[in-house]
Amino acid sequence: MAISGNLTAIAYLIASVLFILALRGLSSPDTARSGNFYAIIGMTIAILTTAINPEVVSYGWILTAFVIGGLIGTTVALKIEMAAMPQLVAAFHSLVGMAAVLVAGAALDNPGAYGVTDASGSILFSSRIEMALGSAIGAITFSGSIVAFTKLQGLVSGNPVVFPGQHWLNLLFGVIILVLLAYFAVEQSPELFWAMTALSFLIGVLIIIPIGGADMPVVISMLNSYSGWAAAGIGFTLQNSALIVTGALVGSSGAILSYIMCRAMNRSFFSVILGGFGGDAAVAVVAEGDRSVNAGSAEDAAFIMKNAGSVIIVPGYGMAIAQAQHALREMADKLKEEGVRVRYAIHPVAGRMPGHMNVLLAEANVPYDEVEELDVINSDFASTDVAFVIGANDVTNPAARDDPSSPIYGMPILDVDKAQTVLFVKRSLSPGYAGIDNDLFYRDNTMMLFADAKKLTEDLVRAL
Amino acid sequence: MEAVDPFVFQLTIFVLATFVGYYVVWSVTPALHTPLMAVTNAVSSVIIVGALIAVGPAELSTAKMLGFVAMTLAAVNIFGGFTVTQRMLRMFWRKK
Repeated sequence: MAISGNLTAIAYLIASVLFILALRGLSSPDTARSGNFYAIIGMTIAILTTAINPEVVSYGWILTAFVIGGLIGTTVALKIEMAAMPQLVAAFHSLVGMAAVLVAGAALDNPGAYGVTDASGSILFSSRIEMALGSAIGAITFSGSIVAFTKLQGLVSGNPVVFPGQHWLNLLFGVIILVLLAYFAVEQSPELFWAMTALSFLIGVLIIIPIGGADMPVVISMLNSYSGWAAAGIGFTLQNSALIVTGALVGSSGAILSYIMCRAMNRSFFSVILGGFGGDAAVAVVAEGDRSVNAGSAEDAAFIMKNAGSVIIVPGYGMAIAQAQHALREMADKLKEEGVRVRYAIHPVAGRMPGHMNVLLAEANVPYDEVEELDVINSDFASTDVAFVIGANDVTNPAARDDPSSPIYGMPILDVDKAQTVLFVKRSLSPGYAGIDNDLFYRDNTMMLFADAKKLTEDLVRAL
Repeated sequence: MEAVDPFVFQLTIFVLATFVGYYVVWSVTPALHTPLMAVTNAVSSVIIVGALIAVGPAELSTAKMLGFVAMTLAAVNIFGGFTVTQRMLRMFWRKK
């Protein structure tokens, strides 16, 4: 069945509108599920519209690819642990990047099928630039996401990899890529195209290795953005409005998330990209001498919390690693039985990707109206009896607020120190990712609970 | 007046869509930023339409092979992305 170009374009328009509605639905958890449904309809429309194109006849191949990909995708998505969501998203980004490279390569090999040739059969000049750009951004997205994945999965160290002259080398490669791109636009030789793409794969690795584990929320958001721009680049090549619109939506979405993450760390986007900051292990531990801390047991903590009127729980990446969210919710349930008001405070960069903590708490069946964002809940700490910090560190460090000489000065923090009592669950006194000591540990109203987050929370539940 | 190049129309769509994305994404609640990433990742796999055109013709070619691989990867993303988004969104509930 053949339908006219106009009808196809209108079908793509409908798909684009549905994608916008899907993102709009995410403004509230109540509307988000129907939003996801709109996106699925939009995708179905886009695929079917293209599949009934008269040029498309190899349905056996198409179904095979669809079934293989669909089975793998569905299985992985159903099995993945919520704590591993950052790795999964990084892996998925890499696939979009690779798909962009392959589609650009296919358009180069068979431009006639995409209608991007002129009368003499050579590829239109603008299409050459578009496919090269799409391929380059796709290649960077692919290899960058693979590096991010290996760091998040713990296959390689999360520490930044830095070497002298790194940025100059990147700059040099960047310039060569642009030269090759321009040369390809003039010459239309596949060798130039693939050389440029290969170099883009390489630079994707080079720009992500210097970025440390704790900066991953920015990296993932940035790669999300890149995957969108790559899709848009391919959309221009194929003159496909659905792809252009989607690419633009995704590109701006990732860019906004990157901006939000950088703002939450009080760092400029460039300082994150240039890297060298935020390893998993601290490089320079600030020796503070022997300062005494109040260490307590699970029983002590249970006693304090049971007699409190209100508790704010501050979860961080440590909670995710220990998988303590389920025990934490049990603890909150017990406290609520005792008449304690329990809420959760989330810092925007807690975890390894934007919104990571919210998903983990939701997984543990915590209702989302008990979970508050930093700017909403921060003023409530002063009137709160107990702040229970579990697996977070730097985002509670008062030095960020009070000490202009601190490397994290200016970063918005959760004001847990203003609560009457601070319970701090931590394995040891080691500093956080920024490699700086947290003055909070040594305060009189702080009780340190030295243990694994999950084990301690379980002990607490028993003690309550 | 001479005719406008189709590229300019596409650029118009692109720029306007970037603005739409900008305003829509700012209204997304921070609690749903992870599902936002998962779903944007799934929809960006609409790049599969490009793969379909490459794999579509009957005769075997490099383009067809590249398209086949691209299609498989994009399908992983589409099914995986939507499924995992749905899984996450189902977990969010409000205490009445």
